[in-house]
Amino acid sequence: MVRYTPSSQSVNPLLGRRAVLRGLLLTAGIAAVPGGLAACGSSGSGSSSNGTVTFGNNLSDQVPKDAITAALKGFDTDALKISINTKQHEQYQEQINNYLQGKPDDVLAWFAGYRMRFFAEKGLTGDLSDVWSTVGDNYAPALKEAATAKDGKQYLVPFTQYPWGVFYLKSVWAQRGYEVPKTIDQFVALSTKMKADGLAPIAFAQKQGWPGMGTFDQLNFRTNGYQFHVDLMAGKEDWQGKKVRDVFDQWKRLLPFHQENGLGREWQEAAQSVQQGKSGMYLLGTFVAQQFKGQEDDLDFFAFPEINPEFGQDTVEAPIDGYMMAKKPANPEGAKKLLEYLAKPETQLAYLKSDPSSIATSTKADTSGYTALQKKAVDVIKNAKHITQFLDRDTDPRFASDAATNGLNAFIQNPNDIDSVLKGMADQAKTIFTG
Amino acid sequence: MSEKTAPEEAPAPRVRSRRKKATALGGADKLVLGLMLGIPTLIHVVLVWLPSLGSVALSFSSWDGIGGFEDIQWVGFQNYVDIFTRYPRFWPAFQHNLIWLAFLLVIPTVAGLFLAVLLDRQIKFGRIYQSALYLPMVLSLALVGFIWQLIYQPEQGLLNNLLGTADNNPTNWLGDPDINLYAVLVAAAWRHTGYIMLLYLAGLKSVDPALKEAASLDGANAFQTFTRVTFPVLKPVNIVVLVVTVIEALRAFDIVYIINKGRNGLELLSVLVTDNIIGESSRIGWGSALAVILLLISLGFIITYLYQVFSKENRA
Repeated sequence: MVRYTPSSQSVNPLLGRRAVLRGLLLTAGIAAVPGGLAACGSSGSGSSSNGTVTFGNNLSDQVPKDAITAALKGFDTDALKISINTKQHEQYQEQINNYLQGKPDDVLAWFAGYRMRFFAEKGLTGDLSDVWSTVGDNYAPALKEAATAKDGKQYLVPFTQYPWGVFYLKSVWAQRGYEVPKTIDQFVALSTKMKADGLAPIAFAQKQGWPGMGTFDQLNFRTNGYQFHVDLMAGKEDWQGKKVRDVFDQWKRLLPFHQENGLGREWQEAAQSVQQGKSGMYLLGTFVAQQFKGQEDDLDFFAFPEINPEFGQDTVEAPIDGYMMAKKPANPEGAKKLLEYLAKPETQLAYLKSDPSSIATSTKADTSGYTALQKKAVDVIKNAKHITQFLDRDTDPRFASDAATNGLNAFIQNPNDIDSVLKGMADQAKTIFTG
Repeated sequence: MSEKTAPEEAPAPRVRSRRKKATALGGADKLVLGLMLGIPTLIHVVLVWLPSLGSVALSFSSWDGIGGFEDIQWVGFQNYVDIFTRYPRFWPAFQHNLIWLAFLLVIPTVAGLFLAVLLDRQIKFGRIYQSALYLPMVLSLALVGFIWQLIYQPEQGLLNNLLGTADNNPTNWLGDPDINLYAVLVAAAWRHTGYIMLLYLAGLKSVDPALKEAASLDGANAFQTFTRVTFPVLKPVNIVVLVVTVIEALRAFDIVYIINKGRNGLELLSVLVTDNIIGESSRIGWGSALAVILLLISLGFIITYLYQVFSKENRA
């Protein structure tokens, strides 16, 4: 019957289209992506039997990409070749799950902290304890800690690191007579002054979803200390508790000094507003320097001011980027050699020569060639009592990417709604941190 | 042969032989029919039913997408309960999908019909207008998103400069969660109108001119002719338009994802599904439950539509 009615011809396409779409969505999530990525990976690892190591690179922007290529040149010999497989930075992170389950490259880029432990504990990356036994004395104990999973083994070789701080242009501040604030009250007073001078005191951008996490982190460990940060990120503390509430109240006090419309702006634009002298200061990682080409000497930063005297400024947020090894690398010998090479101070310095917006993780790296900004970054990290990674590196990715991002956005959108925002985050934390 | 000798017995064997013949031919027919039905059925089952049922099954699980089936924990209706009660993004997304549907059903449909009626009058340069209006349909929604981002950009964008609001406190069309959904809907409607127009235009061309002539002979004016004669004749087109619009509204995804990853006022169910299934934070069970909810909403429309079609057919 159906076949003969003209109008019902659209029935099948309709059913088919929706369901196929859904099917596609599901298969894309489960199957298609590892397939596509495996293709990328295996193209390299196919030839690895005759002395090639494959290298999964997430540094896709031109400057860091050229820098890592230059740094790896020294490893590339006739006996052991290196094949670099670059993927777009955000895509790399989104696909990591399927990438690791498919045929990943022998050595691959990743981040320290919970984010590394998550995959190590799932058994998706290789144990690097023996690499660490040879390169271990290149690193400070805090870095070894950050590369170690719950089982006491190491799964990451740290490469570079960068601290977060409040950045400003020295020339602008000197001209206006601004001074570096030590406490949150001084910070507010300075912001008030800047506002009166017609500046947006605190540059702000949250379109990409993560920069606001940096603000939350600073306010949180300055108010409640390092241990609370760790416990909160591990799902052991209540998001609806008084301590988190205090953080948001503090943030609410600062929000009027934030650059308006932050949710529609990317961090690069916020950095440019500082560079153009339209904004007074900007809380971000040292990679902000990429937006200050030719003005690096004028750029300076200070640690986020003290909120609770009990904790002072004892914690620094300094994310570590590094490299992991695949669970079953096609060329295990070569992979380990490459990881040892990446741990060398010379390799890290070779990278930093082309991209001086972070610092080497090796304690043996010669810092004499560093820019003033890099030297300060080294100091800040060295003097820190505690080092955190970053909200999305210190907690379960399922919590960070949805509940945390959207919770912070909802707060920024409607700062008077703290209670319902925190209830939403607390509820989701309860569904995610069940273990 | 038997026909000549025994005519009265003839019908029986003839019928029998015809039957035999029919079944013999039917064998080949059956094979062809079997293949023609079997292959599409197989493809349909493998590509449509299995994934759909698979995601329905997964929606009762908690799974991070790592490891095999033994790592899947079955949690019953927990995902659904949590989505309805604890997931702050769900109800806004649900609401946005409904607004999307209502908006597309009203604005582009009316505008498309209006443009189609105008173009049907054989006005000058009709073909040029027709191509110009249809052109956006050729672009993907992602590209439409890019184009309209340029128009909506607060400081340098076209719209604020035309309105004269660019310098002094510019309207943040895509950043303000109270208005960005509508700003995006205008962009989506801009594309959708051309499609609807073309569908109606095709329908109008096929309307028998004799009908209109008869109507005007009976003394109907242009408006009456349209509402009483032409529009009712367009009924099959209306159904197609309805179906196309519902599909378009429920699958909307790329344009908001391009603009801000479907956050901050632009949440849609499709975005939530993607956010939870694809990405570093795979929550396959959670995402599947969202997908099933989307499927149920689609089914609501499909079943209503099928029910109407079938009940009319049975009556006829």
